[in-house]
Amino acid sequence: MKTLTRRGFLGIAGVAGAGVALPATAQASAPRPANPNHDAVLVDLVTCIGCRKCEAACNEANHLPPPTKPFDDMSVFEQRRRPDKNHFTVLNRYPGAHAEGEGIFVKVQCLHCVDPGCVSACIVGALSKNEDTGAVEYHVDKCLGCRYCMVACPFGIPAYEYDEALAPRVRKCELCPGKRDEKNGGAPACVSICPREALTHGTRERMLALAAARIKNHPDQYVDHIYGEKEVGGTGILYIAGVPNAKVDLIDLPEEAAPRLTEAIQHGIFKFFAAPIALFGLLSTAMHLFKDRKADPMTSGTDNKDKA
Amino acid sequence: MKAHTPARPVDTIPFFTPGVLVLLGIVLLGGVFGVWRLIKGLGAITNLDDVWPWGLWIGVDVATGVALAAGGFTTSALAHIFHRESYHAVVRPALLTAMLGYTFVALGLMFDLGRYYNIWFPIIYWQGNSVLFEVGMCVTAYLVVLYLEFAPIVIERFKDGLRLPGPFRVFNGMGDKVFRLADKVMPKLMWALIIMGVVLSCMHQSSLGSLMLIAPTKVHPLWYTPLLPLFFLMSAVAVGFPMVAFEALIASRSFRLEPEMSVLTPLLRFTPVLLGLYGTAKVIDMLIRGAFVHLDGSVQSMAFGAEMILGVFLPMGLLISERVRRSPGLLFLASALVVGGVALNRVNVFLVGYAPPFATKPYFPSLGEFAITAALISTLVLVYRFVALNFPVIAGHPRQQQQS
Repeated sequence: MKTLTRRGFLGIAGVAGAGVALPATAQASAPRPANPNHDAVLVDLVTCIGCRKCEAACNEANHLPPPTKPFDDMSVFEQRRRPDKNHFTVLNRYPGAHAEGEGIFVKVQCLHCVDPGCVSACIVGALSKNEDTGAVEYHVDKCLGCRYCMVACPFGIPAYEYDEALAPRVRKCELCPGKRDEKNGGAPACVSICPREALTHGTRERMLALAAARIKNHPDQYVDHIYGEKEVGGTGILYIAGVPNAKVDLIDLPEEAAPRLTEAIQHGIFKFFAAPIALFGLLSTAMHLFKDRKADPMTSGTDNKDKA
Repeated sequence: MKAHTPARPVDTIPFFTPGVLVLLGIVLLGGVFGVWRLIKGLGAITNLDDVWPWGLWIGVDVATGVALAAGGFTTSALAHIFHRESYHAVVRPALLTAMLGYTFVALGLMFDLGRYYNIWFPIIYWQGNSVLFEVGMCVTAYLVVLYLEFAPIVIERFKDGLRLPGPFRVFNGMGDKVFRLADKVMPKLMWALIIMGVVLSCMHQSSLGSLMLIAPTKVHPLWYTPLLPLFFLMSAVAVGFPMVAFEALIASRSFRLEPEMSVLTPLLRFTPVLLGLYGTAKVIDMLIRGAFVHLDGSVQSMAFGAEMILGVFLPMGLLISERVRRSPGLLFLASALVVGGVALNRVNVFLVGYAPPFATKPYFPSLGEFAITAALISTLVLVYRFVALNFPVIAGHPRQQQQS
């Protein structure tokens, strides 16, 4: 009878365990809604002339080191660049034409996701989404330097000071906290200096409306897609372009934000610590059920047969 | 069932041998790179960059290290929770491996963290959404549990009179009291520690698989599945006993003891079942997701094939055979295949299958990264040897002269 009890127990435990574990691992939670009042920047690739003034303004506002090539040197476009520890935003040139001449220019920087992977991933909350502005900000005092944020970012944005031995930092655009141009509607430095309407700052709701209006009014100039409206659950930096996204390295991404899956798993398992406590209970029961009358293994952390 | 030999300090060999000197050399070389890393930063000795933030140290020292320490909780569950008393002989060596394994996971992480001195921050800055936070907290808690589980072995060694030399003699009386008290208290707590160890292991072994779920567009579809946490747990459970056998067979050779075949042969009969469940689940998942279209001859598909065929199905087939399980050589081969397969799986998920956008070159670890990983593994082996020679961990008979 005892064997039957043990088998029955194992069967029940197995089924119960699978029942708890599988639904939790299989489903992502509902999307996190975007706050329409959060800050947004509309980047219009049709009007950008590639003057690099945004790069210069970013450098100055964030007190970054002087560039190796001056900001009016257009030879930098010979290579595709990525933001790094000394450049929070960079422009890249792609074949094609903007409204006034040759070349399509694409500004790259942190996109300030609605549901940021980096914020969800960070082990200590050194990255957070500002509740008022929606900007994804970095708090260096909490950081361990594990670089999981860099793994988590779908856009490959956070950069690291690998050459710093003692106190390296994660570096990226934070939408100019405390450095906004208040005369210009509180726009970040790059938007404030833009001589064309390539960069526009406002609430996300207004920027989405503006983007839709430009596409509607000039269907001949724009592809009907607002990049960042839905990608990875939405972003704060939005792009409209005259060519398909893939041609200008605006990479194809799913609409679901990755944290919806990982947080569903974490919170599914750890709600009220139910699963770990249940497992503890199951194993205690097993320890009792399988106990041998001959030995007293409850006290046998050490090898109780040593004394035999 | 014949009576068990009690575990006792290994006295068949000296600590220093030519092999030990080689390991010390590796430790010294790694130490040089380690100092260099602390003075010059990660950029100076690693091939990590903004596109490849995680490399060899996370893939091997941390992810593989945790997986291969699974012998600790699997043998502890078998012997103490399911009361298969005949397996007691392997519990202590497995516990020592787990304890040292996790210690070196933490040490390895210290080299990788940019601000290693903040390693304890998760204890005060809780971030419940982060998978890494859970892994960190569970590993920390489990490390404490492992040291407490190991405490009785230290107590057993010293309870009958502490004999510290020279100026430390004054502590002998007090130490004796502490050890005698601990000897009374520890057995009463042990049941809870054992179960906590298994619960914590299940939690973080699986969560280690959840880590890469945050990067769905960066992990190759052969490995990216929402079931990654389940697969990490299943493979950790499956690798537990083969790792114990792998290590026991190396230890018995090195320590000139008879291989513990009377324990290992029956222990490894669970392994084909566990490997079969894991392998079948992975194949079904791959069929459902349609990921088999990626078996296209790329480096990733080769690595996936090696992991599954050489690391799962071949050893499963081998270990079904009683003859294989009875032969020390074949058992070692099959166990090594399982260990290698799970190690390759972790390296695949974290490194080979990591395909970030905007990469201009692939990542390959630098000499410094290899040197530090090799040094950590060598140090672990040396500490294991030291503990086995000085504490009652291994239960074995000296090898017969004619057999060596």
